[in-house]
Amino acid sequence: MSRMKTLVNGIIKENPTFVLVLGMCPTLGTTTSAINGMSMGLATTFVLMLSNMVISLVSGLVPSKVRIPAFVVVIAVFVTVVQLVMQAYVPALYETLGLFIPLIVVNCIVLGRAEAYASKNTPFDSFLDGLGSGLGFTLSLTVLGTIRELLGSGSFFGFKLLEGDGILVFILAPGAFMALGYLMVLFNKLKKA
Amino acid sequence: MARESNFKNMFLCLLIICFGGSALLGGVYLITYEPIEAAQVAKVNQALGGVLPQFDNLPAQEAYEVEVGGRKATVYPGTKNGELTGVAVEATTTKGFGGQIKVMVGFLPDGTINNTAIISHTETPGLGDKINPKKSKFPLQFNQKNPESFRLAVKKDGGDVDAITAATISSRAFCDVVDLAFQVFRKSIQQEGGDQ
Repeated sequence: MSRMKTLVNGIIKENPTFVLVLGMCPTLGTTTSAINGMSMGLATTFVLMLSNMVISLVSGLVPSKVRIPAFVVVIAVFVTVVQLVMQAYVPALYETLGLFIPLIVVNCIVLGRAEAYASKNTPFDSFLDGLGSGLGFTLSLTVLGTIRELLGSGSFFGFKLLEGDGILVFILAPGAFMALGYLMVLFNKLKKA
Repeated sequence: MARESNFKNMFLCLLIICFGGSALLGGVYLITYEPIEAAQVAKVNQALGGVLPQFDNLPAQEAYEVEVGGRKATVYPGTKNGELTGVAVEATTTKGFGGQIKVMVGFLPDGTINNTAIISHTETPGLGDKINPKKSKFPLQFNQKNPESFRLAVKKDGGDVDAITAATISSRAFCDVVDLAFQVFRKSIQQEGGDQ
């Protein structure tokens, strides 16, 4: 039961986007469409799961003064793996996400989970925690991307629903902030209820 | 945290982590090296097939570089039965709203634009990315136009190009890169003429 709790914790109670408000840069930057938001979320999930697991394995051996650099190296390795694999097998996706993939390294969620959870818990629990936080992040990004895509270009996961341009501002940065703000209000309202 | 933070421990720990990390990355790099190369070649070939009229040679193998005004571009000649049917020019501009735009422009031997294809760009999705022929009709207005008579600038700047609504900078950048491609094309045609 407690393992289930670890998993769900990251999705609802400590949702990285709506509750912890971490990793805002990729959240705002990549959610111009639902599919982009989702892919970014999944890439981050992959990194979170593996880095959490490895960090929890090695944390007992790392002297505390160098733990941050050690964690960053571990995270950077997994991010580069994601980047190479994407470039090789899904080049179209790699191009749309572009700069945001290497930026997963400095995503506060990844280092945050490593420091707050993985360094103090067992590898399997850390893996679940990474999966949970990652899914929470993916979910938020997909919802935000869907809303922005729907309002901004009148389509849903790339399928055109409406002719014409849509409300341009939702594709641009201000629209990202507005949509995120309203979603945060909604999420926290629902969470309390 | 079990280990004591003395110099030896810290040094060894980071050394081992970095070493293990690099070994893993090296492995992944070796596995993905070929697919990445293949994906990039496939992309260029696909663009070539889209912008050039009929050809039966391998333009990617006959490519050469031409420099105009300090800016470099790659020229891919397309021939059929040894005769020049078209020239594709891959040119880059940094005047885009989001930075670099790389475009492949196909010219017929008389300088008429046959077709264009975007190789890479970072324009705003939903606005500037309409420079991509898959997303809007904007780039299609260049097709079958000869830049000798068709002024490659948006109407606001006194040219003949209808800019994308709310993306004038991207439109200007696209005109700029097509114009560069045309200059490169002219220079390469002159060089070819001079060689013969």
